[in-house]
Amino acid sequence: MDISIQYKTSVPIVSHVKPDGTAWTLKEKLWLGMPFQDYKRLALKNPVNWVLLAIFAVGIPLLLMRYLGGLDTVTNSSDDYPWGVFLGFGLFGMVPLSASGFLLGTTVEIFDRRDFLPIERLALLNGLLGYFFAVVYLLIDVGMPWRIYYPMIISLGPAAVLFLVAWHVATYLSVQIAEVSSAFFEWIGWLKAKRFIKAITLGLTIAGIILSTLHQGALGALFNYAPTKVHPLWFSASYNWIHFFCSAIFAGLSMVIVSSTICKHFLRWRCDTRFLGSVDDLTIKLGKGCAYAMITYLVIKMIGVAHDNDWAYLFTGWGQYFLLELGVGVFLPMLLFAFGVKHRSANLVRFAAFNAVLGIIWNRLNVALICFNWRMYQEIPRWQELWITLTILAVYFVVYRFILYRLPILYQWQGQR
Amino acid sequence: MINRRHFMKGGLAASTIGALGLSKKSEAADFAGYPDSMGVLVDLSRCIGCRSCEAACNSEQQLPPPEKPFNDFSVFEELRHGQKRRPDENTYTVVNSYDPPALDHPLFRKIQCNHCLEPACLTSCFVNAYTKTPEGAVIYNPDVCVGCRNCMIACPFYIPAFRYSSAFQPRIMKCVFCHDTRLREGKPPACVESCPVEALTFGRRTDLLAMGKQRIRQNPESYVNHIYGEHEAGGTAWMYLSPAPFEQAGFDTTVPNEPILNYVKDFLSFVPMVLMIWPALFAGFHLLAKRKNDNTSAATQDNEE
Repeated sequence: MDISIQYKTSVPIVSHVKPDGTAWTLKEKLWLGMPFQDYKRLALKNPVNWVLLAIFAVGIPLLLMRYLGGLDTVTNSSDDYPWGVFLGFGLFGMVPLSASGFLLGTTVEIFDRRDFLPIERLALLNGLLGYFFAVVYLLIDVGMPWRIYYPMIISLGPAAVLFLVAWHVATYLSVQIAEVSSAFFEWIGWLKAKRFIKAITLGLTIAGIILSTLHQGALGALFNYAPTKVHPLWFSASYNWIHFFCSAIFAGLSMVIVSSTICKHFLRWRCDTRFLGSVDDLTIKLGKGCAYAMITYLVIKMIGVAHDNDWAYLFTGWGQYFLLELGVGVFLPMLLFAFGVKHRSANLVRFAAFNAVLGIIWNRLNVALICFNWRMYQEIPRWQELWITLTILAVYFVVYRFILYRLPILYQWQGQR
Repeated sequence: MINRRHFMKGGLAASTIGALGLSKKSEAADFAGYPDSMGVLVDLSRCIGCRSCEAACNSEQQLPPPEKPFNDFSVFEELRHGQKRRPDENTYTVVNSYDPPALDHPLFRKIQCNHCLEPACLTSCFVNAYTKTPEGAVIYNPDVCVGCRNCMIACPFYIPAFRYSSAFQPRIMKCVFCHDTRLREGKPPACVESCPVEALTFGRRTDLLAMGKQRIRQNPESYVNHIYGEHEAGGTAWMYLSPAPFEQAGFDTTVPNEPILNYVKDFLSFVPMVLMIWPALFAGFHLLAKRKNDNTSAATQDNEE
């Protein structure tokens, strides 16, 4: 919706002060400076919202069924495949796509690459929301979601990999909230709090690197518990965690490219010239990072095969599927990244990024579902399970959009910062 | 430009947050098993597939009544997704029938929790819901379980089942070796007591191993020279003797001879290193990058002047 045309004078809000000199109230900021009636009218005119409504109309009753009737009302409730699409996509897929926060945080705050500043906040927000919704998926999948804090205080199992994941995701979520909060503090005008966050930014960023290295890897190490269940080509006791961590690097970077592309096209009214002026250049720079991470990943994937001497499997049907995944999901986007960077084509890099995002989701679904129990039968998820997954993804989209409309993520706050 | 004060503050925040994640004390690292723990030796050559053990288990553990009565042997033909029966949320143990090519009669195999010496379910549980008791049972505490089902992923024998049908009281369901009602008082589990042909022998695990080896020695032509469970998954309390190759009786012979925990130790040992080295390393990178940029801009300014 292109509000800027209709409300040229005052919208979008970029500072505390209206054009006539008085201050915006919080309520006005929430409705984007429009009367509520206008806000509602614009929202209803947007076809995307109708698609979302259709998803919710089916998804919310399904969610109620899950919570009132039990997991077996919406999933296959399989004892052989205890983890389904909720975790296969929602946790194992969303978390690598959310590595963007720590990657851009490191680039800007640690390596002092100020040129990435215009996209840093988008990467941080993308990270925060990705993690948050991974936890939401977890709350749908675990049997007793009301006990989700148990590993924190009630009963500790510190020798388990999942314990590490739980603690690190929880801590990292707090770190990311702090990192993104400076945009919020600017927006509500609480500069003191923003200064405080700025003072501890370096610490937060380093904490982010530590926590990310460990839990991205730990998600891979979770499958170390199933040496006889995951297909040998997708399993390497020594390399699982490195594969997961390394692929999270290009997954996170690609996701920022995807997100910034969507913003550039559909949220142009919200972007300022600083963002729009630099996004093509930054896309190419990020694409370069992706290409490097991908060649590293391909090499260690091959080392993983060599280390366990799994070459013979490459000549089976599973091997062809493995090569297909690496070829279409990693090798192809890597070439596109390299080509796009060399010829300075931001759009080619964007295409490669979409490809890489799908590739990494495919990989995580392979490890968690498709190549799991490879000597048994293949579990096919129920449509209800897929619809709930889609519903949460839609909520993620709504929240993401809500924040981008308002907070200074794609634009710089005018006035005191 | 960063000043010392801000740098220290930042570093402090990093260490605090890092320390919150410090959690890597591996209590199970040197666990070699309880010396006097009990076990059961299952001799497949003796089992007649009468399903008495299933019935005894059902009543001892007060499980829901079965769909088909325990004297209905059509269950041996049941297949779900091409798989034979397995323990589920209503059943702690099942007997399945197999037809090894070299035998002229079917072979029956009882499936239940094998009560590993170093259980994968226990070591993968992030709320410590599992306990290996000195008597040998692997028991489960439903009061702390979050329902993440990592134990089901980790169990190489596909034993733990989840009560998916309950929204408010879901829990893991698995054989507990009749720990509370019998084992603790030194009594054999209900299934063993009900066996009419002594296919199941209850005793100290070390004695059972000796007994199994003796049976193989006395009748080498009647048994495969292997006790399944002596080493599998680091050793189990329930062990099996078989007249036919174990894979022909539905056993997974690819289960490693070491505890599943060993597969995650590499990763876990990497954790303290990251916690110690990363802060210094990345703070160092930061200072170097900052210094370089500051020098560059200072040099530019000098040239302009």
